[in-house]
Amino acid sequence: MGLKILTEHINVPGIETLEVYRKHGGYRSVEKALKTMSPDEVVEEVKTSGLRGRGGAGFPTGMKWSFLAKPEGVPRYLVCNADESEPGTFKDRVFMEKNPHALIEGMITSSYALGANTSYIYIRGELMFVLRILEKAIAEAYAAGLLGKNILGSGYDLDLHVAPGGGAYICGEETALLESLEGKRGNPRNKPPFPAVKGLFASPTVVNNVESIASVPWIVNNGGAEYAKIGIGRSTGTKLISASGNINKPGVYEIELGVPVEEFIYSDEYCGGIWKGKQLKAVVPGGSSVPILPANLILKTAAGEDRLMSYESLSDGGFVSGSMLGSGAFIVFDEDQCIVRNTWNYARFYHHESCGQCSPCREGTGWMEKVLHRIEHGHGHQQDIDLLVSVAKQIEGNTICPLGDAAAWPVASAIRHFRDEFEWHIKHPKEATLPGAVYRGQLATIEA
Amino acid sequence: MAKITFDGIEVEVEDGTTILQAARKIGGSVVPPAMCYYTPLKGSGGKCRVCLVKVTQGSAKDPRPMPKLVASCITPVQDGMVVENTTNEDVMNARKGIVEMLLINHPLDCPICDQAGECDLQDLSYEHGVSATRYEEERRTFNKVDLGPYIQLHMTRCILCYRCVYTADQITPNRVHGVLGRGDAAEIGTYIENVIDNDFSGNVIDVCPVGALTDKTWRFKNRVWFTKPMDAHRDCPTCSGKVTLWTRGEEVLRVTARKDQYNEVEEFICNTCRFDKKETKDWTIEGPRHINRNSVISVNHYELPVLNVPIVPNLPSSTKKNLPQA
Repeated sequence: MGLKILTEHINVPGIETLEVYRKHGGYRSVEKALKTMSPDEVVEEVKTSGLRGRGGAGFPTGMKWSFLAKPEGVPRYLVCNADESEPGTFKDRVFMEKNPHALIEGMITSSYALGANTSYIYIRGELMFVLRILEKAIAEAYAAGLLGKNILGSGYDLDLHVAPGGGAYICGEETALLESLEGKRGNPRNKPPFPAVKGLFASPTVVNNVESIASVPWIVNNGGAEYAKIGIGRSTGTKLISASGNINKPGVYEIELGVPVEEFIYSDEYCGGIWKGKQLKAVVPGGSSVPILPANLILKTAAGEDRLMSYESLSDGGFVSGSMLGSGAFIVFDEDQCIVRNTWNYARFYHHESCGQCSPCREGTGWMEKVLHRIEHGHGHQQDIDLLVSVAKQIEGNTICPLGDAAAWPVASAIRHFRDEFEWHIKHPKEATLPGAVYRGQLATIEA
Repeated sequence: MAKITFDGIEVEVEDGTTILQAARKIGGSVVPPAMCYYTPLKGSGGKCRVCLVKVTQGSAKDPRPMPKLVASCITPVQDGMVVENTTNEDVMNARKGIVEMLLINHPLDCPICDQAGECDLQDLSYEHGVSATRYEEERRTFNKVDLGPYIQLHMTRCILCYRCVYTADQITPNRVHGVLGRGDAAEIGTYIENVIDNDFSGNVIDVCPVGALTDKTWRFKNRVWFTKPMDAHRDCPTCSGKVTLWTRGEEVLRVTARKDQYNEVEEFICNTCRFDKKETKDWTIEGPRHINRNSVISVNHYELPVLNVPIVPNLPSSTKKNLPQA
């Protein structure tokens, strides 16, 4: 078994209560940080740890914290992004549901480091039951003097609020999240100014993923240098992976970064191999927005090295032969899955979730979805494939927020790696639209 | 002061100026188009993406290029910045792509649209669009929304620039319309069925870059290129009273605010001036308004006041003769 930092006590009965959580070493980091460390020392530890944002972009958390502007007389805010809604991602939900105090502990320690006296957890609207769990835990923390005025007699005050979203994927983008938290329509803002300068209520704000914040207590307790020893290269620490798709054991796994992808898919400790012993066809390694990779490229890089579960290794080869770790949503497809149908499904999601503010994304996502719908339902033309590539290119990089890129990448990568499958759909509309019809021509080349 | 190089032309502007404004200081054909940005409206811009430019050198201090194309209307200049617009192929291709996106769901009903001739989208697509469409799906349509006796909202033509929303926020009390829905189902509307009723509501018509918001007192009366724009003013208790009259003979067909060459109003005007004062005797005529825009309304350039010359509303008899027989 690998090292467990976030999920060590997750299955202890009653861990969601303060009493049991404290029995297992909970809130030690709050005591240590507030009583023995200065805020800057906490930031320094996080910097040393090399912890990278777990929400998808992988930006170093310590660096993000050090960018926070600190003007006199202006409040600062820490906002936890719990608006996890990317298809395939469910790690934060499980974590908050099972162990709410771990997130609250992270929020207190991190808020102290940033000098924030009010912090928010922005949670996805669909997760009302998790919100209630969190609220219960927060009430317990208030009663125990871990939140509120003068925490543990240190003179530091913190108020923690949970705010539910309305269920829009776009509100997971940090500036749209802040707009939504302010009570406005969740449209992403133009950047600059960045949230670190002008965020929530026009004050300096840090927005972090649940998992990033929950990693902070361990770093404070054991030191950043100790955390940096875990993992591989610049991918330090452990990561929660939400594995789904055609595998024997779907679920949330905590891995030490650097585990080989092959081991992750086939070992009994993790996914336990492909369902019913079928052949692996493709993997989306980091949530629906990252490029899809065929089996040969997910197990080995283009240079023939073993692909590892780390930020660097998964993006090896750029977008030509690589992908991204993203938020760690590992979606596995076996030989019976249709890539065209899956791509259409993703395109439909992004079409539905585009906020409609900037024109390339508003119009382009709908266009791609309609063309893919046509191809999947046997009405495609040969030129549609190039049309899709061209539309994806017109969206990519030209939008206000990364949703446009997220919509374009899966389409562009599916065509890059599975072009013959798209062509087969267009050339043989009758066979392709039969129930359960799948193109198998490519499997031979994948095996080789 | 910051000195920047835009398309090879050096220009010096105040710190904090946007790239677009710096380009407008140069003027001419290098100026990027803008569909959503509107100088008098705070917070506008960044949405339509047609003003994208390439920054090949961030500043004199940090000469790295910016990784993506940036929206020139919201990006402030830095001293020593080098920007490419018409000289950069990537920028022109991206703009072409975005104009295509703006047009795929636009009805292209210019022949029956009141905005035709002074439409920003029309000008933009003449300049950057392609003549054929690759879009074969059904276009998006909306039901018409009733906004009261003066303003017609034709949502199908809208490009969601948000200008009318900012106008209502910034120059009128109590905004009642806004953007409802999400993605390509987003629409301008009132929630629930409401009338835009205040003294300055008519300005949303002026700021609209397309024919989505039109003046009900002018709809289908005439084509804009047949009318003569005249600068005029009156003593108005609510606004400055400085307007442009769009006349045909003695008849005032339409009153709008005075707009510059980028179609931006100089001063917002009130509804009384716009909708109720439709007689020449209400106004002191200053003279013809010179339209300096790359648009079909500029063809009616004339330099002398011609208000007193009687113009027959019908076609002259010589033209009639040459018309083909039905």
